[in-house]
Amino acid sequence: MEKRRLIGCLVVKDGLVVQSIAFKKYLPVGKPEIAVEFLNNWGIDEIILLDIDATRQGRAPDFAMVERVSKKCFVPLTVGGGIKGLEDIHHLIRHGADKVVMNTVAIKDPQLIKKSAEVFGDQCIVISIDAKKTANVYEVFLNSGSEPTGLSAVELAKRAEKLGAGEIFLNSIDHDGSKQGYDVELIKQVADAVSIPVIACGGVGHPQHFSEGFNKAGATAVAAANYFHFTEHSPVTTKAFLREHGFDVRLDSYATYEGFEFDVMGRVSKRMEEYLDKLRFEYQPKEII
Amino acid sequence: MDPLFKKKDVLIVDYGVGNYLSVINALKFLGYQFLVSNKKEDIEGARAYILPGVGAFGEAMQNLKQLAIVETLTEQVIVHKKPILGICLGMQLFAEDSEEKGFHEGLGWMKGHVVEIKHKGDLRVPHVGWNSLKITKRDPLFVRTTTEPHFYFDHSYHFRCKAEYISATCHYGDEITAAIQKDNIFGVQFHPEKGQNNGLKFFRGFFHSLESWKN
Repeated sequence: MEKRRLIGCLVVKDGLVVQSIAFKKYLPVGKPEIAVEFLNNWGIDEIILLDIDATRQGRAPDFAMVERVSKKCFVPLTVGGGIKGLEDIHHLIRHGADKVVMNTVAIKDPQLIKKSAEVFGDQCIVISIDAKKTANVYEVFLNSGSEPTGLSAVELAKRAEKLGAGEIFLNSIDHDGSKQGYDVELIKQVADAVSIPVIACGGVGHPQHFSEGFNKAGATAVAAANYFHFTEHSPVTTKAFLREHGFDVRLDSYATYEGFEFDVMGRVSKRMEEYLDKLRFEYQPKEII
Repeated sequence: MDPLFKKKDVLIVDYGVGNYLSVINALKFLGYQFLVSNKKEDIEGARAYILPGVGAFGEAMQNLKQLAIVETLTEQVIVHKKPILGICLGMQLFAEDSEEKGFHEGLGWMKGHVVEIKHKGDLRVPHVGWNSLKITKRDPLFVRTTTEPHFYFDHSYHFRCKAEYISATCHYGDEITAAIQKDNIFGVQFHPEKGQNNGLKFFRGFFHSLESWKN
């Protein structure tokens, strides 16, 4: 059976992974390759790497960084930011990306979606949508949320699907960094409108929000950025939580996913002293590949 | 590391589309040596091949033809029976033809057709994500993985062929061919290079099996 997919999203600004709050404030986290190595070891299912400066600064994607990152990444790596044409996609894949995500260029040059799907296959092309609620529709914004497009998220998603996009990566500008949970209404509208996978992103602050992303919003996969930073083993504890709530997730890392307890904030509670004592003297063999 | 393999023994076929670096990263992590090339003499000199793949069928076939290596590869694989592992699109290319964006002829090394995954109910296509395998032939590719390993799939088309060629399937709406093998030809629809530990164990199994091929 297909597993529920948990995606780690890394927002890169000035070559550093940052936490983004409402597309306005950015808090530094660290080097992308180190963040990727940790997420990979902690059993994340997929990583999306977004270079949010590239388009604004008018430069090409940072291929050297993608190559460094890909060396540490044994899960699928999707890379976005600064893509202008087929040549950029080609280079990204040659530098270790498995899929590419496009945002600005997908709106300004829709034919590129079609052309790239013909060369690299539908499955390789992910379209990212940043939406904000205006009046009564979810409007798509460009340029880190500063440039309105007049398009609704549903319209753009449908158009992208028709042109051959393989997935939609949907982010809510209002909920970004809010820790209040996904914009369920937005995700639901888009997920109902298209039949390609929809990845929900923006606003996770509690593991419960992931299960809402699946159950209430109907997302195919759930992603979070800020949530995974500054917490040890965050994907492991998240998967333990999802597993306890009846979701079929992939449990392939060394970690045990059993016996976790969570407090009201969704943080892992400390284990019993006896258990920790026992663990101290237990031999943990390293898996031989 | 297996001392039997010299640098020129295993060749990753570089045909313009495909995520070589991901495959290279995985093999380097395991400590293997290999060559990445699309030159005729390198292909003739190698003892085993890996055909990676992220791309569209038509484009990939066109690239192989432009590089003029279709005959060379076919000779090595069909006549000299050198083992080859196709990954994702690489495996689909072994088929007779594909209906991806039109109709394209494949390498025709294996009887079968590449067909679209049909939308059924709320099934979303492409099939993206981790899926568990049902393995019917464990030897040699899956001897080291877990019994029902999870692997990463990312495709809208799949290889439909005779049951005797299939070594693993996964379920997505229908039974989908996840791995095939016929004599010296091996192929997988999923991405072992992006399969975390199971993926690395898969490659270990493949390289280990190469020792038994004498050519």
